[in-house]
Amino acid sequence: MIKDFVKGLWKENPIFVQVLGMCPTLAVTTKALFGLSMGLATTFVVVSSSVVISVVRKFVPRQVRIPIFTVIIATFVTAADYFLKANFFQISKALGPYVPLIVVNCVILGRAEAFASKNKVGRSFLDALGMGVGFTAALIVLGAIREILGAGTIFEFPIMWKGFTNWIVMVLPAGAFITLGLLVGVFNILDKKMKTRREIAKG
Amino acid sequence: MEQLILVFIAASITNNFVLTYFLGICPFIGVSNKTESAVGLGIATTFVMTIAAAVTWLIYHYMLVPFNLVFLQYVTFIIVIASLVQFVEMFIRKTSPPLYKALGIFLPLITTNCAILGLTLFMVLRNYNFLEAIIFGLGAGVGFTLALVIMAGIREELEFAEVPKPLKGAGITLIIAGMLALAFMGFGGIISG
Repeated sequence: MIKDFVKGLWKENPIFVQVLGMCPTLAVTTKALFGLSMGLATTFVVVSSSVVISVVRKFVPRQVRIPIFTVIIATFVTAADYFLKANFFQISKALGPYVPLIVVNCVILGRAEAFASKNKVGRSFLDALGMGVGFTAALIVLGAIREILGAGTIFEFPIMWKGFTNWIVMVLPAGAFITLGLLVGVFNILDKKMKTRREIAKG
Repeated sequence: MEQLILVFIAASITNNFVLTYFLGICPFIGVSNKTESAVGLGIATTFVMTIAAAVTWLIYHYMLVPFNLVFLQYVTFIIVIASLVQFVEMFIRKTSPPLYKALGIFLPLITTNCAILGLTLFMVLRNYNFLEAIIFGLGAGVGFTLALVIMAGIREELEFAEVPKPLKGAGITLIIAGMLALAFMGFGGIISG
């Protein structure tokens, strides 16, 4: 059971390993706060749609499952979007059309198709939660790096020394691509190190 | 007329969907290995985008707004796009088998392409009129094709380059995309605002 949750955090991390759900990842991570909000919204959608899909999985004919899953996901996205608009208007405005675009985030349909449509509710819940948390963590890391280098702040709090010149490129689209590309590289190095260490420990 | 040309250039070049809005990144990274398939996917996507822009515009302005159903926007749009892709696939298969053979495998992929849903959302946000919406769809499709084909060309060359091992695959693709985005910024001065 616990494995279902943990695998989304590192081993099958949706962003660094599966490289899924790139649009929101790249678009909204100009600031750590936006990364966090987008991550939480996506987590909400992936968890609730996975649970619902897992509940109805036996009543859904195989041929029409994809449209049905998509409608379920779109419903929860609408809820998340209206919630953000009502309670966090500034954030909702900054995220713009990328909140409704969660509908086509491949991470969510991927979990529905690969896991929730085949497993019991409890396991689907943990699996989705793990993926959501892994996704959120990756978004915060990316957002934090871009915010620190691009604006000299983290969560709006200035941390860089006086006279630090902002790297404008980091808040531009180009910075998003390059930072994520390098992060994927760093992730691969760390992953390989951990694997060899585990093998040495095993003997 | 001038307005239409501006919409087209903005959608295809200066505000390229892939390189400035990050829409359609999944096929951009996944499919852009060969120039040929990149062209095929690009044309199929442009086709669907143009029709999707027209159909969702009509549905939004003549059904959702008058009946106060705007909250159903996302659900409606995604259903429209999914069925449209299905319909286009059937239509091409019946009318033009050679074209179907060329585009066939790419069509189902398009439903999950976020560029299409993104296109319809931007269209509503920006209050385009019907003609502008169609040109916007066409321009976005052309821009998507352009980015995809450039990327495929670079990646074909990349096979002979020595890429640091951890960066192989997704890593180097993203970094190249970043450089392309920088290059496309050079077009920024074409139109102001």
